[in-house]
Amino acid sequence: MLDDFFVRAMLAGIGIALCVGPLGCFVVWRRMAYYGDTMAHSALLGVALSFLFDLSLSFGVFIVALLVSFILVALQRRKSLPTDSLLGILSHSSLAIGLVLVAFMSWVRIDLEAYLFGDILAVSKLDLVIVYLGAIVILAVLSVVWRSLLVATISEDLALVEGFRPERSKLVFIVLMAGVVAIAIKIVGVLLITALLIIPAASARRFATTPEKMAVLSSAIGVVAVVAGLMGSLEFDTPSGPSIVVAAMLLFGLSLLARNKGGEA
Amino acid sequence: MEASPLISLKGAGVRKGERWLIRDVDLSVNPGEIVSLIGPNGSGKSTTLKAAIGLIDLQEGCAHKQPRLRIGYVPQKLTIDATFPLTVDRLMRMAGDHGADEIADMLTKVGMKDHAGSPVHGLSGGEFQRVLLARAMISKPDLLVLDEPAQGVDYAGEAALYQLIGQFRDETGCGILLISHDLHVVMAQTDRVLCLNGHVCCTGSPQSVANSPKYRELFGAQAAASFALYQHNHDHTHLVDGRVLHEDGTITDHCHHEDGHHHEHHDDESATGGNHAG
Repeated sequence: MLDDFFVRAMLAGIGIALCVGPLGCFVVWRRMAYYGDTMAHSALLGVALSFLFDLSLSFGVFIVALLVSFILVALQRRKSLPTDSLLGILSHSSLAIGLVLVAFMSWVRIDLEAYLFGDILAVSKLDLVIVYLGAIVILAVLSVVWRSLLVATISEDLALVEGFRPERSKLVFIVLMAGVVAIAIKIVGVLLITALLIIPAASARRFATTPEKMAVLSSAIGVVAVVAGLMGSLEFDTPSGPSIVVAAMLLFGLSLLARNKGGEA
Repeated sequence: MEASPLISLKGAGVRKGERWLIRDVDLSVNPGEIVSLIGPNGSGKSTTLKAAIGLIDLQEGCAHKQPRLRIGYVPQKLTIDATFPLTVDRLMRMAGDHGADEIADMLTKVGMKDHAGSPVHGLSGGEFQRVLLARAMISKPDLLVLDEPAQGVDYAGEAALYQLIGQFRDETGCGILLISHDLHVVMAQTDRVLCLNGHVCCTGSPQSVANSPKYRELFGAQAAASFALYQHNHDHTHLVDGRVLHEDGTITDHCHHEDGHHHEHHDDESATGGNHAG
C-alpha cells in the first residue's frame, strides 16, 4: 500500500495537518501570521543549502528556519525597526537568497516548482517516517508547554507571576514552528505553509468555546482540507500545495455560512 | 512583634532611556495589610507595582520578596484577542488545578456564578474585572496584587469591588497591594496609601494623605474635599451584582431618591476631580 505514491502523500498530509492544527491556533491567537510566513520562506534557503552540503532536506530546512528566527529575535532586541519591517526584510531576503543559490547550483537539477508549491510525487517512505516522528515529537512537546503558552497568550506578566517562564515557552514554540515548516515543505511547499497554519484555525474559531476545542477542530479541518486537496491534485493534475489551500479556503467559506455557535466578540 | 514584609522596595529606581520613571521609592506590604498606590497618570504606579513583584528590573535600590511567596495578580488592561476562545470557567481552570466546586464557590463570591459558561469576550468591563479577581484569589495567595482593579466599573460597582477585596483580606489575612487612580475611591479599609508622582509624594493613612498639602497640590483641593465626603456613612450598600442592600435589610434593584442617602453629588465631583491632575 505504501508503494503507491498517492497513499504516501495522503498519509504524510494527514500527519502534517494533525500537528499543524494546534500550532496554527497559536499563530492566529498571537498574531504571528507574518512570522510564520518568514520562517516558511526561509525554507527555500534551507533546501538550497541542503543540496549544497548534501544534508537531509528536513534537517537543512529546520536549521535555517531556526537561524532566521534567532536573527529576528536579535534584531528585535536592537529596537531600531518595527517587527513587521524586520519580518519583511528577513522573509524576502531569505527567499531571494534561496532562489539565487538554486540558480547558481547548475550541477544539481532542483525542481523549484515542487519546493515552492509542493509535490505529491515527492513523498518517499523515509519522508513519511520523518513526518510522523516529527509530528509526534511536536505534539508531545506542545502538550508539555500548553498551559504555559495559553497563560502567556493572555498576558506574559500574568504567566511570569504565576511561575511560568513565558520566554522559554516562546522559544520552544519557535523551535516547534521550525519543525512544522521542515516536515510540511514537501507536500505544501514553501509559499503556502502559512495558509495551512492559519486557515483551518480561523475556520475552527466560530465553533469553539475553549482553546482545546479550537485546536482539535482545527486539526480535523486541516485533515479534511488535505484529503480533499490531494484528491483534487490527483484528479486535475494540479500542484498539491495550492490544491490543499483551495480546499481549506472552501471550508473556511463554509464555516462563515454556518450558524455562529462559538462565542464571538 | 511585627511580621516581616511580604514584599519591599528600598530606594527603588527604574529608568527608561534617560528618564527615571520612578526614583527613590520605599514600599512594603505586610501580611494582612492593604496598601494603595495612587497618583496622576504617568506617575509610576504600575512601574512601582511591577518592580515590587519582580516583573521589571531596578536600576537603583533593591527589591525584596519573601521566598515561595504566592501572588495573585490582576494586570492592567488585559484584553483577550477575539480569536482566542475562552469561557469564564476555562479561564478559572487555567489558574491551576482547582476543583469545580472551588471554582463555583469563588465565582459565587464575586457574583459571576451565572456566567461560568459564558465567553469572556461578551462580559462587561466590570464583570471581566470580577472574574480576574476571582481567578487571582482562587489560589489562596499570600499577596494579592491588583493593577487598577476597578477600571471599567461604575461607581457603585467599584465600592462593591473594594468591599470584596477587603473581605478577602479579612478572611485570609493576605497582604494586598493595589493601584487606584484617586484617593476618594480608595476604600476605608486601606491601611496605608502611597501617593506617587515619580517619587513617593506622601504616604500614610488615607486621612493623613488627604490632609497632606502635597496631595492637595497634586490633585487639587476639591478632590481632597470629595474624599472627606466619602467618609460619611451610607444607609445602604451596593452589592456585587448591582443590587442594593438597605439598612433595614431589604434588597432592591436600585436605590431610590427618597429612601437612602445616595451619593450622586460625589459622582459629579469625582468627574471633575480627575481633571485637577492635569
